[in-house]
Amino acid sequence: MKHSMQLLLVVAGFVAAGAIPAQAQRIPQIPYQAVDALSDFPNDIHMGEAAGVARNSDGEIFVYTRTGNPTISLGTSRYVSHGGARIFHFDEDGEYEGEIGQETYGALYAQQLRISADDHIWAIDQMSGQVVRYDPDGQIVMVMSRKPETMRLPQTPGQPGSGEGREGESFSGPTDITWDSQGNFYVADGIRNARIAKYSADGTWVMNWGSRGTGAGEFDVIQGIAIDNQDNLYVADYNNERIQVFDTRGNFRREMSGFGAPMAICITPGPNQVMYVSNSNPPDNLDVAGEIYKVELDGTIVGQFGTAGKQIGQFGTVNAIDCQEENDLLVGELGNWRVQRVTLQPI
Amino acid sequence: MGQHSWRYCATFATALTLGWAGSLDAAQRGGGGGRAPAFEDTPEILTEPVEGFIKLPEGLYFGEGIGVAENSQGHVFVYTRSGDTRLFEFDEDGDYVREIGAGLYGFEFAHKVRVDKEDNIWVVDEGANQVVKFNPDGRVTMVLGYRPPAVDGALAPEPGDHWGRSGRPGANEPYLFARPTDVTWDTEGNIFVSDGYFNHRVVKYSPDGRFMGQVGSGDAGDAPDQFSTPHTIASDDSGRIYVGDRGNRRVKVYSSDLELLDMYEQTGAPWEICISEGEHQYLFVSNSNSDSNPAASWNTSGEVYKMELDGTVIGRFGEAGKDPGDFQTIHGMSCRNPNEIITAEISAWRVQKIRVASMPVF
Repeated sequence: MKHSMQLLLVVAGFVAAGAIPAQAQRIPQIPYQAVDALSDFPNDIHMGEAAGVARNSDGEIFVYTRTGNPTISLGTSRYVSHGGARIFHFDEDGEYEGEIGQETYGALYAQQLRISADDHIWAIDQMSGQVVRYDPDGQIVMVMSRKPETMRLPQTPGQPGSGEGREGESFSGPTDITWDSQGNFYVADGIRNARIAKYSADGTWVMNWGSRGTGAGEFDVIQGIAIDNQDNLYVADYNNERIQVFDTRGNFRREMSGFGAPMAICITPGPNQVMYVSNSNPPDNLDVAGEIYKVELDGTIVGQFGTAGKQIGQFGTVNAIDCQEENDLLVGELGNWRVQRVTLQPI
Repeated sequence: MGQHSWRYCATFATALTLGWAGSLDAAQRGGGGGRAPAFEDTPEILTEPVEGFIKLPEGLYFGEGIGVAENSQGHVFVYTRSGDTRLFEFDEDGDYVREIGAGLYGFEFAHKVRVDKEDNIWVVDEGANQVVKFNPDGRVTMVLGYRPPAVDGALAPEPGDHWGRSGRPGANEPYLFARPTDVTWDTEGNIFVSDGYFNHRVVKYSPDGRFMGQVGSGDAGDAPDQFSTPHTIASDDSGRIYVGDRGNRRVKVYSSDLELLDMYEQTGAPWEICISEGEHQYLFVSNSNSDSNPAASWNTSGEVYKMELDGTVIGRFGEAGKDPGDFQTIHGMSCRNPNEIITAEISAWRVQKIRVASMPVF
């Protein structure tokens, strides 16, 4: 049953580096191989936009994907929303295992998926504005925020938060989640709000920080967050083309840039941590950006790989990176409806 | 039982007496003016429907017949607006094989299915604004365009809408479509998409999906390099690209470099065109009757033309009607075998196989 992976390995080979952005000429190119990571789908199961992808401690893969048709129907003359996003489960070789969270209330428009140290699976949905936590058996054990009873589209800032967000939950376009060493977790309420919301391990709200803007501690669309072993919190401040670094109380420490507009970010585990940052191409343009950077936690850029494109080894609007293994990444793409397994050659 | 003899379409005589050209509504005439389709002077080709060709399993129904295509084995692919937009495969005898892409993110409102030389199956969806390529196993291998994000709702177009979130991106967007209509390929495997209803252009991509160029101004118009709803597109074995410029009632022929080579203006509004396989290829053009079935349209449209690739009209067949062998707004047509056309009709929710005589009667 390993046929797909093997075939693709042969076909893909080493991918030559393509066009390099002018400002990045001096950044080393990291040689890499790529294969389509997922296989053996049943006939009626298809990937859509691979918004979130993550591995658990056994290497099993979970993908939160925008697939099927998000549907608006009428109830008591109000617009009620249904469906449009699913969580698929694969084994460590990328073979299809099954699905969790089938037809759940908040699965409308997948945004991200992360797995905590206890192997719980956290699905973040941009449209319902919810974070839903599944235990390793796929049972729902925590729900954050509430899906609006009636879906107002387009969703706009100001409903409910106009940048900062309320105390508590009420996410408006959440994008990512991460955990500190104490078990507190942080939600990037990042698209229509511009805050980081901190919760204790049991889901009790602790604090907010951030507002919309360009200064320190201000954000213009947060696409991702991650924490290192020292509990430094890295916030991908997309439109400001920088990563801001905070402590766990929201105190601004520093910022890093030079890798475009950060969309997907991931920090490796272990004693010598590095970060991967995707300067994703926008979904309407295959001829700009698309590369992924490997960055030291002090902001030094180690190297880069990839360009925008549709072929294996190229990237179409990367929205998620799993970096459990430093040189064995999973990369989820919105544009190409796939997850690639990217093997980096150490440089 | 069910045997239909080869027959004439008597209605055409009636059409002549009604002065059909004057009864066309403005939408049907588009920018092309009142040029007369060729049919009153065109010899008729006899046809015979193969009744009961498509055999749907119990409990499965077609909706609007939007796209139909055959692969090299003669398998028939039907892209239909059912309760949901769905894609079905039948074998060469019309027996059901399988459904492809069930629940796919790119399936929202069917517009076309085509099969390339390698038997990849391509669908064009005007609801998702996407073109999706399936390999012969039915797995997605390429996606063109970007589905408007659901969180953005159904938006009116806005200037500077960089991510195309309005669902109606403009004609300068290299990688976004606005209700695209059809897809074809040249001999090099370059991809041509008719981005039809809003952008009135044809866009060319490399085989791996990179933008290479386009033709069409973005506004509907009848100048030589403009289109008014390019609704269908096909290619021949020399790499020429044929565009059914429906609103202008003409078929335009381009080189694979998008240079205009020719225009055929004598066969009505091309809702659908297809080009047969083989050493001697033919062009088929459907002057489909309007999908809202205005009474006059039955007398002025509904026929299909068989043409040489150089635009010479050989003959015509079929007429608007609901009986087997008649056509109710042909929207998809497969003509790998020029003597056995398969049609998909919007208004009749059906797919028909039609035996077509090779030559007209005189």
